[in-house]
Amino acid sequence: MIRRLLQSILVIVGVSVVVFVITRAIGDPARMMMPLEASDEQVEAFAQRMGFRDPLHVQFWNWAKNAVRGDFGDSLWQRRPAMELVLERMPATLLLCFTAIILALLASIPLGILAALRPGSWLDKLTTSISLIGVCIPDFWLGLMLMLLFAVSIHLFFTSGYGTPRHLVLPAVTLAARPWGRITQIVRTSMMDEMHKTYMVTARAKGLTEQKVIISHALKNASIPIVTLAAWELTRMLAGYTIVVETVFAWPGFGLLAMQAIEQRDLTLIQADVFLVALIVVAMNITIDFIYAALDPRVRLA
Amino acid sequence: MNEPTTGQCGLDDAALAYVEDPLWRWRGLIRLGRDLLRDKVALMGAAIVFITVAAAVFAPLVSPRDPAAGYIGQRLKPPGFVNEEGELYLFGTDQQGRDILSRLIFGARVSMTIGIGVIAVAGIVGTVLGLISGYYGGRTDDLIMRIVDTQTAFPGLLLALVIITMIGPSARNIIIVLSINGWMVFARITRGIMLTIREKDYIDAARLVGCSDVRIMFRHAFPNLISPTLTLITLELARIILAEASLSFLGLGIQPPASSWGLMIADGRKYITVAWWLVTFPGIAIAITVFGVMTVANWLRTVTDPEQRVRAAPTGTGSG
Repeated sequence: MIRRLLQSILVIVGVSVVVFVITRAIGDPARMMMPLEASDEQVEAFAQRMGFRDPLHVQFWNWAKNAVRGDFGDSLWQRRPAMELVLERMPATLLLCFTAIILALLASIPLGILAALRPGSWLDKLTTSISLIGVCIPDFWLGLMLMLLFAVSIHLFFTSGYGTPRHLVLPAVTLAARPWGRITQIVRTSMMDEMHKTYMVTARAKGLTEQKVIISHALKNASIPIVTLAAWELTRMLAGYTIVVETVFAWPGFGLLAMQAIEQRDLTLIQADVFLVALIVVAMNITIDFIYAALDPRVRLA
Repeated sequence: MNEPTTGQCGLDDAALAYVEDPLWRWRGLIRLGRDLLRDKVALMGAAIVFITVAAAVFAPLVSPRDPAAGYIGQRLKPPGFVNEEGELYLFGTDQQGRDILSRLIFGARVSMTIGIGVIAVAGIVGTVLGLISGYYGGRTDDLIMRIVDTQTAFPGLLLALVIITMIGPSARNIIIVLSINGWMVFARITRGIMLTIREKDYIDAARLVGCSDVRIMFRHAFPNLISPTLTLITLELARIILAEASLSFLGLGIQPPASSWGLMIADGRKYITVAWWLVTFPGIAIAITVFGVMTVANWLRTVTDPEQRVRAAPTGTGSG
């Protein structure tokens, strides 16, 4: 466990250093943040004020000292504390990602089980191919297509914005497509593995209904890879893959904020955003370890 | 390639096999080809990959028109449009009157170039580091694997976007950032294999006859990597095509006047309500290409891994 925590700290420090080096050492951050028409003197004055002319390690030390106290600097674009801005956007992203992963699980588990029950049937073949399609379709394109179908042609859902369930449907479905495809595949294969095991014969022999055999025996044993994958897909979304979907649907999460910060060349905000995302990823990874240990008594947290 | 391996390390079995069967090196490949012909889905995937690669290589020859030349007079024409000179625009024209089909064909070139570029860079860096890690073990291994683990937990896409913003978007820079995100998988798989073969007799033998570490790694250990790495390369190719499309869509990838599938979708987005074909066709191109590549990857995994092969057989995906 201590090893795991050290690893997590290493990740967070690593990400911070990398972002810091990228944003401060490549090119001139002051030139980048100032308007194009700014004179050299203005840029220089700004650089001095922001501390961009100090040695890199001094800059990092100053940033880290403040970051530990929760002060990530002010966003130049919004003129407000950067971390406050990022945290404000967090509920939207969390809502979107959790809805997407729940949708993906609800749609994939029954389908995967049905496919595994009749290997080689038309349903199995259909499941295999559409789950592969779910993985292959670029999410931003799927989003635009859904928009075209359900928001432009028939005004059923909204193309952008935030607030009501009607806003949530399209972005959540778009984001769910890939995890849905991957989870369906793993449900199918791991269920198929379990169905051939001897304990299934025992369970049937003691007179359990087929339904009970499948749900409480096979699915329970197949759940480890399924839950692990679902958690991993959720991490992947939170680690920044919502950016694309949030941009398409103008969903006000921290992915869209990252994109806006990048467009505005707001380095302080970019740093705060990436830092929070790294923190979430690390937290998710630790959670995955715990889930894994909870599901499989053989695994002990080292 | 097909000369016997009788270097300064002395004779080995390969030399003997070579004398008996001059095609021995290619036997595996020939069997792979035969397997492919038997599997309909995999064959379809391979055909898609082949067509995309051919379109990319021969783009100037096969594309009906100049992808950059547009006539404002015939902008946003629907698929199947025929102009006054009787020229057919199969997939219609875009907001500048350019032929979408030609742009798709040249887009394949961008996807494939970036895909191959990233695989070359990430694959070489990852494989070399993985070989070193697995061969030397100990502290070196600890250090390299610590870097791999740490970097795997990084928010990859987000960092890629930040790096691109700072170094500027271009094909070369996309290859750089996607390689930074992609080398770890190659390192991990190479290290795993290296660890299993490190203690093998033929490695010891090579060491005894005085082969250098570098020679052992590349001449003796490397051939073991080819088949698992092949599957990984195809899987990575699918990931890279999607990643490049996403970057270009976000405006941080390929820049106009050059074009890529992702950029075509980003451009067509403004016209989505009046001209659905601008967005639809490039998306289908991406999806089909990725589908083809992934099918080939799945197939490669089943044929190169005997355990998978057994499992695939009763489900009807292995052969049929």
